[in-house]
Amino acid sequence: MASITFREVEGSSLKYWLLFGGLGLLVLLGALAWNHMHHHGHVVTGMDNQIVWGLPHVFAVFLIVAASGALNVASIASVFNKPMYKPLAPLSAILALALMLGGLLVLVLDLGRSDRLIVAMTHFNFKSMFTWNVFLYSGFFALVGVYLWTMLDRNVKTYSKAAGTAAFIWRLALTTGTGSLFGFLVARELYGTAMLAPMFIIMSFAYGLAIYLMVLAAAYAWTGRPLGDIVMQRLRTLLAVFVAAVLYFVVVQHLTSLYFTKFHAVEAFILRDGGIITTLFWVGQILIGCVIPLVILLTGMGKSRTWIMIACALVILGGLFQMYVTIIGAQAWPLDLFPGLVEKSSYFDGEIHSYAPSTPEFFLGLGGVAIALLVTTFAVKVLRLLPESLDDATVAKLEH
Amino acid sequence: MNDTKQNREAMTQPESQERRRFIGAATATAAGLAIAPGIMLIEVAHGRPEDQAASSAVRWGMLVDATKCATGCNDCVSACSTENGWTPVAESAHPKQAPQWIRKLELEDPLTQMQTNLPMMCQHCAEPPCVDVCPTGASFKRADGIVLVNRHTCIGCRYCMMACPYKARSLVHESLNDTQKPDVPRGIGCVESCTFCVQKVDRGDGTTACVEACAAAGHNALLFGDMNDPESEISRRLREIPTKQVRADLNLNLGVRYHGI
Repeated sequence: MASITFREVEGSSLKYWLLFGGLGLLVLLGALAWNHMHHHGHVVTGMDNQIVWGLPHVFAVFLIVAASGALNVASIASVFNKPMYKPLAPLSAILALALMLGGLLVLVLDLGRSDRLIVAMTHFNFKSMFTWNVFLYSGFFALVGVYLWTMLDRNVKTYSKAAGTAAFIWRLALTTGTGSLFGFLVARELYGTAMLAPMFIIMSFAYGLAIYLMVLAAAYAWTGRPLGDIVMQRLRTLLAVFVAAVLYFVVVQHLTSLYFTKFHAVEAFILRDGGIITTLFWVGQILIGCVIPLVILLTGMGKSRTWIMIACALVILGGLFQMYVTIIGAQAWPLDLFPGLVEKSSYFDGEIHSYAPSTPEFFLGLGGVAIALLVTTFAVKVLRLLPESLDDATVAKLEH
Repeated sequence: MNDTKQNREAMTQPESQERRRFIGAATATAAGLAIAPGIMLIEVAHGRPEDQAASSAVRWGMLVDATKCATGCNDCVSACSTENGWTPVAESAHPKQAPQWIRKLELEDPLTQMQTNLPMMCQHCAEPPCVDVCPTGASFKRADGIVLVNRHTCIGCRYCMMACPYKARSLVHESLNDTQKPDVPRGIGCVESCTFCVQKVDRGDGTTACVEACAAAGHNALLFGDMNDPESEISRRLREIPTKQVRADLNLNLGVRYHGI
């Protein structure tokens, strides 16, 4: 097997520092947004006692789900012994860590009492899925960190497969935990199903890979390193499979709900009468997030790198829409305390709840994305994460 | 003289002893009469000293008779707001973000046009989903069945609000004004809900502000008491009239039972 040379990116060009500065600015805006929300309370957000989890959760959950998915490229290399993926693995691991960091920061900075984070670290209720997630997240950092170490340090390279396998199993548990944050909720009709755990796993495959592909292509294009079509085409096919699987899960979930009369009203709300939620579902989640990317990836268009990038961007955007529909849509539908009766109260019972995200919420969420990319940008400068060349000849040698 | 004295003593001693006995008995009776209701009241109300833990021998509960709940009457809500120091939603600049510990729910059957009024608040479940999901254990159920939020360990994650099937909880979205009550701690960024007026219960009042207000208005639609005590008024009524739990399908064993729904 041919050897691959990993090298840090030089990171001294104006372009690098512009990227670094731009992302830094977004992180700063995110920090200011948090400060504003923390100082005034959630009254300055679009969230209320009806929509209790808003846009920050959309970003946070998306990033956490994508984080575990970004690790997949590395898992394919070490767990499933595909040599072609080996040179792609270090970036996969660092991206997983960075996305997880971004997602978690958004999550904790959106707490009503983000100053009490230490309480969340010291008081545990083990019946809570949230508590389990705290351990799953910390374990993820530890395992992926060790895994990355085994990839970067020759002395511990022999442990790479073991560390990779442990990280892979852990990430499956982690996304199960993330899906179960919603799956374990009895109150709301669109939650409370085991379906959410595997669906979140398959979504993580798609979102994580889409982000990985975009970061990989950008890193190679901007540093002038060769990136051959073998890598891109292989990952393109993989992405198509993942996106199709996401669509399959979404269809099965809604078909099942449509079969039960008690879910007819809420399904009609999401699929037909929900206004912005319905639009986001059909146009955002289904069309932009699944159908168009599938058309691009499965037809001749997928041969073009530009089109692959467009497909990736659409999958990411569709993923955010999907999270919006899953998190906001489910809350917008009122709780049915008395099935069959019309309910009215000063607390907005029986009404469809509207939600308009505020600017601070948007920038807090965006800050999480920015910090993930900033960490990655910095990491590729200081660590040997990227192969000098991923041209077709180099990659072809790996497989023989 | 001695004779006279002895005679007098002989004459007065039994009388004096009898008088003493009488006074003693009278005092004891009077004291008994004075203290007994207090002791009985404590017994009934289960008021308890601060250093004594809540007892699982008691299960506080409420009976809501929706047939007596008056249309347009909001007295229970106002009383709760006054007792617990939360701003009435009508006075709030941000109604959608304003906390509401209790609300009047108007129900109508679209087919029959049958209308029902009832107050909705924390149902003080025996198996509360909010307690299950709380990551820090800030949401908890006391031994006597009252579901509360620990103001010091609530991190404001709102997971309990996602989990509650009764929309009973509110997040404090903004800094609180000075209407706060010393025995009802509240705080920005924390989640709160009906406490069954735990401060009154622990004082030994044996009732809640909403129940008192409903009685004062003459409706008597609300009854509060110990559901574990078969002799309590609430237990007696629960035995006599048919009641339901809201979302009984969830099998959460609620502390609030409704008649007439």
